[in-house]
Amino acid sequence: MYKCGAYPVIEKTAISAGIYSYEILCPDMAELAKPGQFVHIKIDGFTLRRPVSICEIDHKNGALRIVFEIRGQGTAKLTALNVGDNIDMIAPLGKGFTLPSEIHPNKRVVLVGGGIGVPPLLAIAKVMKESSTAILGFRSYDRIILAGDFKRADSHVITCTDDGSVGFRGAVTTPLAQELAKGDVVQVYACGPEPMLKAVIEECRRNSVACEVSLEERMGCGVGACVVCACKTESGVRRVCKDGPVFDGNEVIL
Amino acid sequence: MTVAGVRFANPVIAASGTYGFGEDYNELYPINILGGISCKGLTLEPREGNTPPRIAETPAGMLNSVGLQNPGVDTFIEKHLPFMQKKGGVVIANFAGATIEDYVQTAEKLEQTDVSMLELNISCPNVKEGGAAWGVTAESAAKVTKAVRAVTKKPLMVKLTPNVSDITEIAKAVESEGADCVSLINTLLGMRIDIKTRRPILRNNVGGLSGAAVFPVAVRMVWQVANAVKIDVVGMGGIMNAEDAIEMMLAGAKAIQIGTVIISDPYAPLKIIGGIEHYMNVNDVKNLSEVIGKVEKWQ
Repeated sequence: MYKCGAYPVIEKTAISAGIYSYEILCPDMAELAKPGQFVHIKIDGFTLRRPVSICEIDHKNGALRIVFEIRGQGTAKLTALNVGDNIDMIAPLGKGFTLPSEIHPNKRVVLVGGGIGVPPLLAIAKVMKESSTAILGFRSYDRIILAGDFKRADSHVITCTDDGSVGFRGAVTTPLAQELAKGDVVQVYACGPEPMLKAVIEECRRNSVACEVSLEERMGCGVGACVVCACKTESGVRRVCKDGPVFDGNEVIL
Repeated sequence: MTVAGVRFANPVIAASGTYGFGEDYNELYPINILGGISCKGLTLEPREGNTPPRIAETPAGMLNSVGLQNPGVDTFIEKHLPFMQKKGGVVIANFAGATIEDYVQTAEKLEQTDVSMLELNISCPNVKEGGAAWGVTAESAAKVTKAVRAVTKKPLMVKLTPNVSDITEIAKAVESEGADCVSLINTLLGMRIDIKTRRPILRNNVGGLSGAAVFPVAVRMVWQVANAVKIDVVGMGGIMNAEDAIEMMLAGAKAIQIGTVIISDPYAPLKIIGGIEHYMNVNDVKNLSEVIGKVEKWQ
């Protein structure tokens, strides 16, 4: 079940160069939303909507937070919206992450995010709190986003940068391997560039730990009708917007 | 109103490929608000479609190269048709093929169902087997229409491609072989290139252009075809609102199909249906027959 309509922006922040955070007051959407789902935004003057993952779900205030990067003319125009302006969106869409039925400090989950793939994982951290470890990878110190938000959610944060300017130097898979070696991780969730997802799936397979990945694809309708956004899985071609964007790491063929 | 003898509650039909089998939009509003739905293009066997990306933004429109991904006609009949019949308006089965035999066998299967109308797709630009090859000459269009006509008594609509030099020749050819109506236009073949990577945005290199950008081309072709054939014409191509729908009817369309606008705005069918009614009220139009084909051309 999803809704479609225009809802007011209640908070706008530029959190890094070209990366924006919006909080949108949309109680009927927030009530339905789950971590890993996305909103599909109409931008004036553009035919196609832009899918943006849900970063935080505020059930108390009936709000959703989205964090997106300027990718082209459409997302650039989206940043023209200010607090009080309405944002036209369809949400919540897609199949989100499968969260563990019980939250236990000895059954940890690991969140692996790369760059603009980090935002949807925050919604999981908000639920899993100290039972979660967030391994967040960025190009360099000035590209880091949301690390403070994960810490405030009581998630254990491991920051990685490609150039070593902050935290662990190198790929997220090295700290991931270290975390998995501890033996108490029951589930890994990942979102980021495809090579990172491949490496994470491989690492999880080696350690026999369940892994879910969130994919990105150019979309049309966003609700499953136009079958524009396809991905290959062990059980055939699936729609990223409706059957995903979250897929079982052992199912999806990247 | 009727098209090829089939009664529709209103003249707004979801175009094939943009509305799936109606299931995904029925979550938002009852899909029987639409006059009818033309289902995702069916083929004899299931198809996985082209490699993504399959869509690109264009000025006032979009390109797509889905490549007829569909579950195949058998799965459609078993799993999706019952839903469409229960929840939707008129069910139109759009189907495509690579060979005459494909078309005939698919039509034979659909003939055994309660589908209200067949839409013979000889115009999908995105796959070799999508029928576009059949739709670009009058001879081949006539040949496939004749073969399908021979195996179905259902009202037969033939969907035409605009990627031809004279669309009226194709329309006349399918009319002469027993088509009950024609629908047009399918997408215009287009291309976009990423100037940074120097690669086409679509993995298929080329794809079908739709949306507001193609509307004037569609109006012109509907007008030409409506003046060239006696059978009903269903107009589509870039209709974005009720005003466009009325314009398309003035050009000669008895009903209209909408597609790309639904991708932009899922509520578009409701807005267009309501807008047509409003136009009729304000302009004292009792029946759409007072509008259809009533453009008065300059001499």
